Amino acid sequence: MQNETLTLIAIMGMALVTYATRAGGFWLMSLVTPSPRVEAWLKQIPGAVLVAIIAPTVLASSLAETLAALATVLVAIRTKNVLIAMVVGVATVWVLRRV
Amino acid sequence: MEHIGANIPEKMRFQRWKSSPLATIKGIIAVQRADLSESGNTNTTSERATFTLSGALLGARRAIPLALSVSAVGFAFGVLAHQAKLDVVDAVLMSGLVFAGASQFVALSLWGAMPLPVATIILTTFIVNLRHLLMGASLRPWFSRLPPWKAYISVFFMVDESWALTMGEFAAGGRDAAFLLGSGMILFIAWVSSTVIGQTIGAFINNPAQWGLDFAFTAVFTALLVGMWKGKSNILPWAVAAVVAVAAAHWLPGKWYIILGGAAGSLVGALSDAK
Repeated sequence: MQNETLTLIAIMGMALVTYATRAGGFWLMSLVTPSPRVEAWLKQIPGAVLVAIIAPTVLASSLAETLAALATVLVAIRTKNVLIAMVVGVATVWVLRRV
Repeated sequence: MEHIGANIPEKMRFQRWKSSPLATIKGIIAVQRADLSESGNTNTTSERATFTLSGALLGARRAIPLALSVSAVGFAFGVLAHQAKLDVVDAVLMSGLVFAGASQFVALSLWGAMPLPVATIILTTFIVNLRHLLMGASLRPWFSRLPPWKAYISVFFMVDESWALTMGEFAAGGRDAAFLLGSGMILFIAWVSSTVIGQTIGAFINNPAQWGLDFAFTAVFTALLVGMWKGKSNILPWAVAAVVAVAAAHWLPGKWYIILGGAAGSLVGALSDAK
């Protein structure tokens, strides 16, 4: 299949499952109340998924990535701004790969 | 944009609200839930809930400051979409139809492989957005007496920020459920238009690795995680997610490390939370 077709299928699929999560909770509440344990699990998912995505790059590639991630964390804590933190992280990795 | 149960209004965190209203909001939701379980679905608040244009306009006005921070992230998404070889139409389709920031960034990070790992992308999107279930559930008392179609249109515009604003509005005594629609639509406009701008400007950036831009995803996720940090309770689940992901990335093909690390970390977090 052509990659453009696959791209459209992927985007439509993403849209569908995302709307399902938005409408699903509202709908489910008319049937059942989620247990505290399920609730606790749902809340943990986004953070754990993001950690899993970055861990191999940050912890198991090279020192430049590890230090750049550290710089990103510090800037994000200070400025609370994703865009600035991203720029600093990218600039750090760029500099460190050159030294 | 996602967001995030009572969890991570990512961009919300980039608001310079020193005392985040979220803690209060969470408490109120807990109370509402308790009310519900005692009195069934007949909540007195829902009897008075309305759905008017002025409610939507109020929500829209309140969302304007948040729309600025959403635009910054949408711009970053657009630039990265270009790096991931998505053209402007695809990027806009994704922002307009999915409208869930974190999951869109995650999807882009999966986009490089050929052929496109469609099933992995859709499954990962679903997992990242599972938090919407909780947020949607918390809306029930306010929409339960309104025609269902109003709820099912409104929830499309439910992102972390509009949800948090709406919960804050209800907590303060507001009773117009169209607040969610109004605030969400302003954020939607900001998100889609900043995606276009970012994707267009991204075209002027060649050979991303030379400029360290391959690190941009990692940097964005790292910054989002800082916004999600809630204290020591995060250490164990995040450490488990990291260890499992590194091991899986080493031993398994493809992007399985994301789902395995995410599942392991969140389950450990849920179990240690419940104690």
